[in-house]
Amino acid sequence: MSFWTFLQQNWSEMLTLVRQHLNLVLISTSIAVVIGIPTGILLTRKQALRNPVLGIANVMQTIPSLALFGFLIPLPFIGGIGARTAIVALVLYALLPIIRNTVTGIVGVDRNVREAAVAMGMTDQQILWQVELPLAMSVILTGVRVAMVICVGVATIASAVGAGGLGVYIFRGLRDVGNTNLLLAGALPAALMALAADFSLGLLEQRFSLEAKTEKKRAPILNKVVLAVIALVLVGGTYGTWRSARSRTQLLAGAGRVVVGSKDFTESVLLAEIVAQMLEVRGVIVERQFELGGNLPHDALVAGRIDLYPEYTGTAHTAILHHPPITDPRAVYEQVKREYAEKFNVEVSPPLGFENTFAILVRGTEARRLNLKTISEAAPHARGYRAGFGQDFMSRADGYAGFSKAYGLKFAEQPREMDLSLTYIALASNKVDLIAGNSTEGRIAAMDLVQLEDDRRYFPPYEAVYMVRKDSLARMPILGKMLAKLANAITTEEMRQLNYEVDANKRGPAEVVREWIKRKGF
Amino acid sequence: MTGVDNNPLVEFRDVSYSVPSLPSPIISDLDLKVEQGEILVLLGESGCGKTTTLKLVNRLLTPTTGQVLVEGKSTTEWDPIRLRRRIGYVIQDAGLFPHFTVERNVGLVPSLEGWERARVKERVIELLSLVGLDADKFDQRFPRELSGGQRQRVGVARALAADPPLLLLDEPFGALDPLRRASLQREFGELTRRLHKSAIFVTHDLREALRLGTRIALMHAGRLALVETPENFLNSNEEHARAYLETLQLRDDEEGFTEGDR
Repeated sequence: MSFWTFLQQNWSEMLTLVRQHLNLVLISTSIAVVIGIPTGILLTRKQALRNPVLGIANVMQTIPSLALFGFLIPLPFIGGIGARTAIVALVLYALLPIIRNTVTGIVGVDRNVREAAVAMGMTDQQILWQVELPLAMSVILTGVRVAMVICVGVATIASAVGAGGLGVYIFRGLRDVGNTNLLLAGALPAALMALAADFSLGLLEQRFSLEAKTEKKRAPILNKVVLAVIALVLVGGTYGTWRSARSRTQLLAGAGRVVVGSKDFTESVLLAEIVAQMLEVRGVIVERQFELGGNLPHDALVAGRIDLYPEYTGTAHTAILHHPPITDPRAVYEQVKREYAEKFNVEVSPPLGFENTFAILVRGTEARRLNLKTISEAAPHARGYRAGFGQDFMSRADGYAGFSKAYGLKFAEQPREMDLSLTYIALASNKVDLIAGNSTEGRIAAMDLVQLEDDRRYFPPYEAVYMVRKDSLARMPILGKMLAKLANAITTEEMRQLNYEVDANKRGPAEVVREWIKRKGF
Repeated sequence: MTGVDNNPLVEFRDVSYSVPSLPSPIISDLDLKVEQGEILVLLGESGCGKTTTLKLVNRLLTPTTGQVLVEGKSTTEWDPIRLRRRIGYVIQDAGLFPHFTVERNVGLVPSLEGWERARVKERVIELLSLVGLDADKFDQRFPRELSGGQRQRVGVARALAADPPLLLLDEPFGALDPLRRASLQREFGELTRRLHKSAIFVTHDLREALRLGTRIALMHAGRLALVETPENFLNSNEEHARAYLETLQLRDDEEGFTEGDR
């Protein structure tokens, strides 16, 4: 599909994402301006506060955005998932340049000019409003410009907490191997937006610079128009936040709604979509908070921001409950069920019928050349292999460290740690020689990759289940009935097929799920 | 300032000023009176404390010990805003607000005092013509669109705007070329006499001091070395005064020599 056809087909969705993105950026920049400029002014008055406050703002900016989202999710009022959390994070990032430039701008006002103002008998307020702020304005605006460009960039990560925006396309594009259209459709508008913000605020900045102040160029009306526009944006931004905050509370209060979450890969989205559609068929209003990154779905569930999401027993056992890996599926399931009830007041649904475990993959050509079937058979060749693993695999207890020990693996070099979806491309294009993928990944066959058998039974079972809040079950009895219905309803082959439809055949998850539900008669 | 009471306009009483970062005081034991209608020139080399002395008058600084009285009242007892609006202030390169037009710069203090707009405008026109600038031509310009001399004229106009009885001037003509400086000095002298203004004028230029001052206060290392009328100053035997006069002599000789050489 050419980029142009893609645009024609997805035009309206893209516009929605652009609008969401723009909203995030404008609202958070406005809030950052409203907080940052007064803070900056205060810091020029109270010198003792300057270094501590700038220090804190500095630290804020060094926190990786995904980590910051992780911190924010469990917090009351400002946390949760959705636009509000994203805005809080964006504001935190935008504050530093605005505060710093406000301080620099005001402190940088010519000493003679300030002294003259004092000597004229101007009050501190008059000096601030009539002398310091106008003279510092272009420097302050530079700060706002930098903040806004930062926001455009960071807002692409906001899709990880379900805030939408162009990041949705970018993340989808990263997972959907080789779909450059998605990447372009996300990255291009974001880049244009950053350029536009940079350019328009640059113009505004020039208007306030001293060079622009000459007898001939004076245009007070235009200045007033510019100020009016700024005021409008600020008011609009504040109203927007109020609105989104309000709709959020209404949503949580609504007893007839269910918020379904998912992790940020196709299979999780599909499983979440299955529940969502089955609920909708039964007249329940569903809010989708899909594609949440990392362990955000778990945090969101515990914080009560979502009602349920699909999970794997092995992940819950090792990554969330921090137990050493064990291999008996029954024992894992029982332990997870018990501890989730105790610790999080969360119910674990009956297993869905398939496992999604780590699949150690090599290229088909290599497997056939050496006649490799199992990991043990591949182990002697590993010295010449370069490995590439997702962040997940590198960090978890049942991941790389134990795996390499169990099979006595030594690679040619330290494994590359990269985005999981990128490891498939890296393997297929000869950049690495061995990866740990997902066993239900639809494209394994399509990309001519071969899964090596876990002959020493190292990997713990990863049975798919839903994690549901117990209070949600009590509130909506229909949830429990439905989850019972889904017990053992999906085989590994079926899941692989569903994944393949979405990942390889580029079909929408909603459509694929609709067909499946029909076929199954749910 | 009424002048009904017999208080001097400004009086320094045993004033010292020091800052923690410097070992010796910037000003020590200063006693000085400035009478109504007088132009007192503070003369001295850089770092002798003359600018600091000036700033003590409009309370940009307050004395470490002693008192500075303005109209018989200590500056620390004055509301600083009221005090400053009664005192015009001109500094080198004028210290004009770069983002204000000439009109707004000159009309600033009247506006702050709440004058009506039309009255401010009228006053600005009057003041600009007083300092020899055509209001029609200059009032909408910004400071960076003016020459150094024009800026200095605007600075004087701004200082005079609310008709303050006292002007403080800190080397106002220091950055100008000699010809322009001479003409501004002459005009300034006439202006203050005509308007019956009092002024404290800081300079390091003896010629300027002799031309403008009704009295000259010579400062050295934070102390008053001599306070005299220009005539008496020329005949003084005080050592620092002599040092100054010698440079004058030298320059006169040089100039004489050049002229004779032609």
